[in-house]
Amino acid sequence: MSMLHTVNKSPFNNDALSKCLQCAQPGSSILFIEDGVYASREGTTFTDSVKEALKDKQVYVLQPDLDARGMNSSLIDGIKTVDYSGFVDLTTEHDSVQSWL
Amino acid sequence: MKFGILVNEGPYQHQASDTAYNFVKSALEKGHEIYRVFFYHDGVNNGTRLTSPPQDDRNVVDRWSALAKENDLDMVICVAAAQRRGIVDQGEMERNGKDASNIAEGFRISGLGQLVEAGIQSDRLVVFGD
Repeated sequence: MSMLHTVNKSPFNNDALSKCLQCAQPGSSILFIEDGVYASREGTTFTDSVKEALKDKQVYVLQPDLDARGMNSSLIDGIKTVDYSGFVDLTTEHDSVQSWL
Repeated sequence: MKFGILVNEGPYQHQASDTAYNFVKSALEKGHEIYRVFFYHDGVNNGTRLTSPPQDDRNVVDRWSALAKENDLDMVICVAAAQRRGIVDQGEMERNGKDASNIAEGFRISGLGQLVEAGIQSDRLVVFGD
């Protein structure tokens, strides 16, 4: 069973990302959307935990939400960007989707 | 693949409705089927036809209605959440003695069983909320 986890909150606002990282199993994927994209930046207090997750999980970020926030630099190495079409593909490639709100 | 979509947030306050719209639009373009879009909690506010956002802003409600019309989408508003927030169709208007209805084109009011059914019938249920 592979699961896609979506995180739509900035890690600086609440603990959606922390909860997600605690529960996500190796081999699952995490997608940052909406304000969740703030977790994809290099050099923040959450960078290390995202890098840790990248060791055994795929991490993605929604490009349109990065664009909307003017965040087109300092992406953590290893995070892949997707558009809405890629978001849809991720939901079909995994057995289920868990939205961390 | 068959998708069920759950929208738990209203328009403009939060991005959830926008993300859900873009997801549904993209899924349809890719040839997937949207079994149902279910609007719950504050998400029912996506279904009032009385909104008039500024012309240079997106019209979230009209956009959903248009997408439903083009693609024959089933867009269901939770009745209990709608009653609390004043989202009213003709039947609810008569049942509750209200002087108007405001449901937007393409939406219908029904019960939570429709969400359960969407969860059972769809290959994936994707939740958008706050």
